[in-house]
Amino acid sequence: MTYVIVGSCIKDDACIEVCPVDCIHPRPGAPDFETAEQLYIDPQECIDCDACVEACPVDAIFADFETPEKYGYALELNEQFFKEASTIERTAA
Amino acid sequence: MAGVGPRVAIVGAGPAGAFAAACLLRACGNAEIDLFERLPTPWGLLRGGVAPDHQEIKRLDDAFDRQTLRRGCRFFGNVQVGVDVSHAELMRHYSAVIYATGAQTDKSLGIAGEDLPGSWAATEFVAWYNGHPDYRELQFDLSARRAVVIGNGNVAADVVRMLTLSAAELERTDVADHALEALRESRIEEVIVLGRRGPAQAAFTSTELRELGALDGVDTRVDPDDLVLDAVSQHWLAEQGTFTARKNVELLREFAARPARPDARRRIELRFLSSPVQIRGSARVDAIDVRRNEIVRADDGSLRARAVDGDIETIDCGLVLRSVGYRAVPLPDVPFDERHFVLPNERGRVLTPAGEPLHGVYAVGWIKRGPTGILGTNKRDAEETVSRLVEDLDAAALPQPPNPEREQIDALLAERKPDLITVEGWRAIDGHELESGRNAERPRVKLASREELLVAAGVAQQR
Repeated sequence: MTYVIVGSCIKDDACIEVCPVDCIHPRPGAPDFETAEQLYIDPQECIDCDACVEACPVDAIFADFETPEKYGYALELNEQFFKEASTIERTAA
Repeated sequence: MAGVGPRVAIVGAGPAGAFAAACLLRACGNAEIDLFERLPTPWGLLRGGVAPDHQEIKRLDDAFDRQTLRRGCRFFGNVQVGVDVSHAELMRHYSAVIYATGAQTDKSLGIAGEDLPGSWAATEFVAWYNGHPDYRELQFDLSARRAVVIGNGNVAADVVRMLTLSAAELERTDVADHALEALRESRIEEVIVLGRRGPAQAAFTSTELRELGALDGVDTRVDPDDLVLDAVSQHWLAEQGTFTARKNVELLREFAARPARPDARRRIELRFLSSPVQIRGSARVDAIDVRRNEIVRADDGSLRARAVDGDIETIDCGLVLRSVGYRAVPLPDVPFDERHFVLPNERGRVLTPAGEPLHGVYAVGWIKRGPTGILGTNKRDAEETVSRLVEDLDAAALPQPPNPEREQIDALLAERKPDLITVEGWRAIDGHELESGRNAERPRVKLASREELLVAAGVAQQR
C-alpha cells in the first residue's frame, strides 16, 4: 500500500517535516514547489508509517485503500506526478 | 527582564496572521502576542473566503486555534487598527507590529457597464455567501436564466459551484442563511465561464477543475474547438507546462468528449480565449459583449492574450461576476507601494520610502507579497518574516516601547472599544454557531450580522 494526498491539500509542509523517508514532494525551495497545486507522495518510496496523516492539519492524506470515493483519482495522480515531473528538477534544489 | 519575551501585535487574524503567530511562538516561546482583527471573528478568508462546500479545508481553524489562542496568544476582535487605535499607538505599546491585513478589495475590468446593477466582483458574492457581516445586505438578483463568470482562477471556480450546487447540497454546508435562502430560489440554469487565455493557461488547480466536472446533475461543457491548442501553447505545454496545466488540458478534453446531458439540472460552459469588452443594459445587466483572443508570446517570454479582429459576440445574461484578482489597500500611517499594492518590504521588514527598515514593523501574507499562493504558502511566508523579527530581536534592534505592560494596552482598548471581543467572546460565538449547526445537521450556522455576533459574544445587548 501507500498513503496518498488528495486535492484538499493546502501545501502546509507539516507532512514533509515528519516524513522519515522524504517521499513527499515537491519540497519548499524545489523549482516546481511554487507552481505545484498540492504535495504528492511517491508510492514507490512511502513506507506506510502514518506520520504524515497525523501531521496534516486538513486531513488531506489517506491510506490508498481508505481514500474516500470522491478522491478516487488521487492514487493515480500521486503516481503520475512522480512519473511526469522531472526527478532532476526536483532533486536539483 | 529575564523571562519576558517581546510584545508583538499582529494586525489581521487571517491565515497569514495566524501562521505568523504560530511560527513566532515556535521560534520564541515567551513572545507575548496580541492578534488584532477588524471583524468580531478570527481566521479571515478561512471563514470568509474558502467556499462553504470545502469544509475539509476550513478544518484548518483547529490547527490555528491550537497553535495560537490555546498557546496564550490574545485575540482583540472588532478593533480596526487605523480607526480605533492608531499605528503610532501600537508602536507605543509593542516592540514589534506585524501587518497581516491581506488584500481587501478587488481589481476591476475597466470596461463600460461594469458598474451596472447585476455586475459584481466575485469577492463580494463570496463574502456575502460566507456570512461576512459587512456584505449581508447585498441583494444578488438570481432571477435570470444565465450568469457569466469572468476569470479562470479558483475564486471563479468557487462561485461557479455555489451558483450550480443544489439546495440539498448547500444545506449541508455552512453557507450563510441569507445566501442559502436566495440560492434556493435561484433561477439560474446556465453559467458561462470566460477565460482570457487558452485552456493550457487556465489558472484553475486541476482539483477545482475536476470538481466542476463532477457536480451532481450539472452538465459541464467545453467546446472541442476551444481545445485545439495553438502552436505557441502546444510548445509551451510540452516544454514548460506545469503538471497542473497538463492535467487541466487532459480534464478539459475529457469534459469535451462527454455526450451532452439535456436532462441536467444546470449547465456550466467553459469558454476560453474570450475577453469581455462591455456589459450592456439600461437599468441593469442584460448582456455582455465578448471578443475573441489569440495567444502570443510577449517579449518577456510570458504568454499573453491578444485581441483578434472580428465579430463581437453578445451573450444575454442577468448576472456578471468578475473574478480577476484581489488588491490590497493602503493602511493609515504606514508606507505603501502604490505600484505593487503591498507594504514595501525586504523579506518581511517594512521599509521607509527611502528604503531603510522601519524598525519594529513587519508584513506577512498578501499585504507583503501580493495576492498569490494558497493557504500553506503563508506558512513559509510567515517563517521568513518571523526570522527577520527574531534576528532584530537578537540584535537588540527592536524599539523599546514606552508603555510595554499588558495592562496599558488593555486600558486603552477598554476605553476605546467597550465592545471589544476577546478570546472568550469568540469562543461564545463559535460555540453558539456550532451548536446551531448540530441542531440543523450542518457543520455550522453562521451569525452573519455584526449585531448578532456582538450579542453572542456577550459584548452587546439584543436590540
